[in-house]
Amino acid sequence: MSIQLQQTAPSSQSKATTDPTLKVEGLASHYGPVQAIVDISLEVYPGELVTIVGANGAGKTTLLHTLSGVQRASTGSVMFEGEDITNRPAHRITAGGICHSPEGRQVFAPLSIEDNLQLGAFARKDDKTVIEAEIENIYSLFPVLKEKRLQAAGNLSGGQQQMLAIGRAMMGKPRLLLLDEPSMGLSPLLVGEIFDVIQDLNNQGVTILLVEQNARAALKIADRGYVLESGRVAFSASAEALLNDESVQKAYLGH
Amino acid sequence: MLSEVKLMFDQIIQFLATGLSIGSTYALVGLGFAIIYNASGVVNFAQGEFVMLGAMSVVGLLGAGVPYPLALLVAIAIVTLVGFSLNKFAIEPARGASVVATIIITIGASILLRGAALLIWGKDIFSMPAFTGDEPIQIGAATLVPQNLWIMGITVILVLGVRYFFDKTLIGKAILACSCNKTAAGLVGINVKLMLLTSYGLSAAIGAVAGLLIAPIAFTSFDAGTMLGLKGFAAAILGGMGSSMGAVAGGLVLGVLESLGAGLISSGYKDAIAFVIILAVLFFKPSGLFGFKSVDRV
Repeated sequence: MSIQLQQTAPSSQSKATTDPTLKVEGLASHYGPVQAIVDISLEVYPGELVTIVGANGAGKTTLLHTLSGVQRASTGSVMFEGEDITNRPAHRITAGGICHSPEGRQVFAPLSIEDNLQLGAFARKDDKTVIEAEIENIYSLFPVLKEKRLQAAGNLSGGQQQMLAIGRAMMGKPRLLLLDEPSMGLSPLLVGEIFDVIQDLNNQGVTILLVEQNARAALKIADRGYVLESGRVAFSASAEALLNDESVQKAYLGH
Repeated sequence: MLSEVKLMFDQIIQFLATGLSIGSTYALVGLGFAIIYNASGVVNFAQGEFVMLGAMSVVGLLGAGVPYPLALLVAIAIVTLVGFSLNKFAIEPARGASVVATIIITIGASILLRGAALLIWGKDIFSMPAFTGDEPIQIGAATLVPQNLWIMGITVILVLGVRYFFDKTLIGKAILACSCNKTAAGLVGINVKLMLLTSYGLSAAIGAVAGLLIAPIAFTSFDAGTMLGLKGFAAAILGGMGSSMGAVAGGLVLGVLESLGAGLISSGYKDAIAFVIILAVLFFKPSGLFGFKSVDRV
């Protein structure tokens, strides 16, 4: 891939002087001897919706796992709101304000929807009434979850599980929301619905880092995008520039 | 003729009552198995040793002059600490080991604990005084000692307590969340290690209670945990591994079958019944009577 896109300034929503919410520098991670991400640097600014696109195996999921403490970083650093959080255990990173809706939903299947949402707020010290009010908010975002609130999460359809996974992550009151492949395995209609919700959340001020294989849908709602190739950032630009770039279209958007 | 039938009937009532009482302790041991299995998928074969240590600690503490009720509480605390240590020093360092490897670690731990008990207390068989005397009580056709009532009463309280803990409290639900998906549990902010530690402690405490409930009836010695552990394991298998209320039901059923078998067939077969049950369940219904139906959609 020969093109060089200019690193764009953070989107219009943030001022050039703002400090990044998330700043990743030279991050690498291994599964045993296999290097899954080699050298990744990126930034997410307050209020942005940034997407990471790339082929299967490019290291997108590993990157998110390394950010949220599920996977160890071998080198490099992760700074969140100016604090070094590299290799902190996952539960402390969540308590610190980064919530992660993992690939494949991973809801707690035998537990009820309401329990899943309650557990989403596990790391918070807030009052029970506050938590309950927020569960109501999630229900207003996804009314179907309220209808089935006492059912086991494992009985939900794929799309409903995805809603629950996003809702569960939102219950952690994230200052940075990591979403891994929210469109995976969903019908095109549902993909549209889920992406509308993601955009709504972003409009309400939630900073989001979105990993997607469905590059077109992701770039359409994102401010900026990073393209990963074999564990490295191949290029990054405003989402619009990436959408219109010929080589990106060829490689990732199916033209 | 009529009086013979009545005698037979009275006998069966007596067997049922004794069976329920002994079955209650099996239920508690089985509950201990189910809690750790639920949290980590591991069958903790040191569970029987928790039971033995509970009773032996009381014997040791009484010997050292500690007053009775206090000795019971201290014994439970000691065994809980042993449970924490088992997790902290044997299970946690092997993080990433397969479930089978972890199970083998628990077998090793059970041998170690039994050996330690042998060193401390020797091979003697000890008796423990009953909580409140030995005066038999007549209830209908059955004659029970007060300890039988203690066993059943405390079992009911503990079982309800455990049920409340897992159904209603956030910590209980968090432990269940760890068992179904450790990664996702970490991602919602649950400290997975701490939850596992909690479940080992809880399991050990329940095992200890089972031990000090049954010791006044059945004596205790350094190797008393082996058979009780196997009975509890049979209870958990019968109820369906991973279902705590199943383990309780399994324990009661096992106790009653044992008691009926010993009374009506031959007391020689008493211990064989547990093994026949394990084999039969594994052969005909491996998920047990109340095993989880898997609700997972991918």
